[in-house]
Amino acid sequence: MGIIKVTVIDREGQPHELDAPTDMNMNMMELCKSYELPVEGTCGGMAMCASCHMYLESDTHLPEKSDAEEDMLDQAFFVKGNSRLGCQIHLADSMDGMIVRLAEVGS
Amino acid sequence: MIETDILIIGAGPCGLFTVFEAGLLKLRCHLIDALPQAGGQCTEIYPKKPIYDIPAYPEILAGDLVENLMKQAEPFKPGFTLGERAETIEKTDDDKFIVTTNRGTQHIAPVIAIAGGLGCFEPRKPPVANLADYEDHGVEYIIKDPNFYKGKNVVISGGGDSALDWTIFLAEGVANHVTLIHRRNSFRGHLDSVQKVMDMAASGKIRLVTDAEVVDITGDGKVEGIVVDHEKEGKISIACDHWVPLFGLSPKLGPISDWGLSITKNAIDVDTFDYSTNVPGIYAIGDINNYPGKLKLILCGFHEATLMVQSAFKRIYPDKNYVLKYTTVNGVEGF
Repeated sequence: MGIIKVTVIDREGQPHELDAPTDMNMNMMELCKSYELPVEGTCGGMAMCASCHMYLESDTHLPEKSDAEEDMLDQAFFVKGNSRLGCQIHLADSMDGMIVRLAEVGS
Repeated sequence: MIETDILIIGAGPCGLFTVFEAGLLKLRCHLIDALPQAGGQCTEIYPKKPIYDIPAYPEILAGDLVENLMKQAEPFKPGFTLGERAETIEKTDDDKFIVTTNRGTQHIAPVIAIAGGLGCFEPRKPPVANLADYEDHGVEYIIKDPNFYKGKNVVISGGGDSALDWTIFLAEGVANHVTLIHRRNSFRGHLDSVQKVMDMAASGKIRLVTDAEVVDITGDGKVEGIVVDHEKEGKISIACDHWVPLFGLSPKLGPISDWGLSITKNAIDVDTFDYSTNVPGIYAIGDINNYPGKLKLILCGFHEATLMVQSAFKRIYPDKNYVLKYTTVNGVEGF
């Protein structure tokens, strides 16, 4: 397929429908950055900072969280059952129609 | 007062390589870093991660890269002020800068090179509304002296090694009572520490509250208790003298943002001719700077450091001409 549609709801509640390439080895953190949405991605995508914390709002099936992602979420705040790190969601065709909401940023 | 030619703020890869390049021009360097060891993110966040885009190293661990950079800088005898955060800067009458750290250590230099990466690493603070009111009045983010907690009732939050280790340490004859609160019922961290905490909880030596988060602090002017929100049981109040949230570190630009430098999106604007900032004599290199086409890569930081020291040389010795020399021809002549 190559390009899927993904909706990112920003911290003001504004939805952004993005074209997401699935053939460029990109993750959700990088996708948000490429559209200049306010996601820091401080650690560069190593699951080591939680600055790309987001909530999965659609029933899209995602691979299980790795230990590294679980561990990092332990240090994040505003964590809920549907919390994920954007950098650990590697864009794939099966994610077409996915909706995520950016989590609040702690101090 | 520590005197040097180039005062480098940040002892990450870029700051360390600056020492080498400056040394080739006979300029001395001193580095300040908020972390207790050199290496910046490479050492603090991902020492065991491989890096694949350092020229001529198909693969190198971040920790090894730092070790090599330290070795490369060694002939030029850099000075270090570690574990202290560069706080304030002032200009002297003879065009130098005095930088003072949060512990009052003073440094003077004609050139400042900010190689601060993402900023300085500071404890991550949980989003509890009245948190700031209790900082240093029972809320501490770092345990400096365990004896401070002697005979006290302490609540620790977090699921990592530092939360586990301090829980064990304080529960063994230091604090009067220790409660550990964690968001999940499983812990990361060393297996033996996890087991020890579980054993201590089972024998009643500590209180372990999992699937819970601290949501409120109570007390008149100082911590007298906290309130946790438990997934199943709802709000639970726990009386205590101290709450120590241990959620790791995150980088903040910090006091540098008040140094009068032009800043865009948490990065310092520079001229790519020599990586100078809007303040003559202050340069910014590596991840902390911003210019059209900027890429946050270690290899770009090395390039920036190399060009920056040329400009620093001209600022320090305006009347001297410098000719580029090759290390292959001249070797490395240390101090």
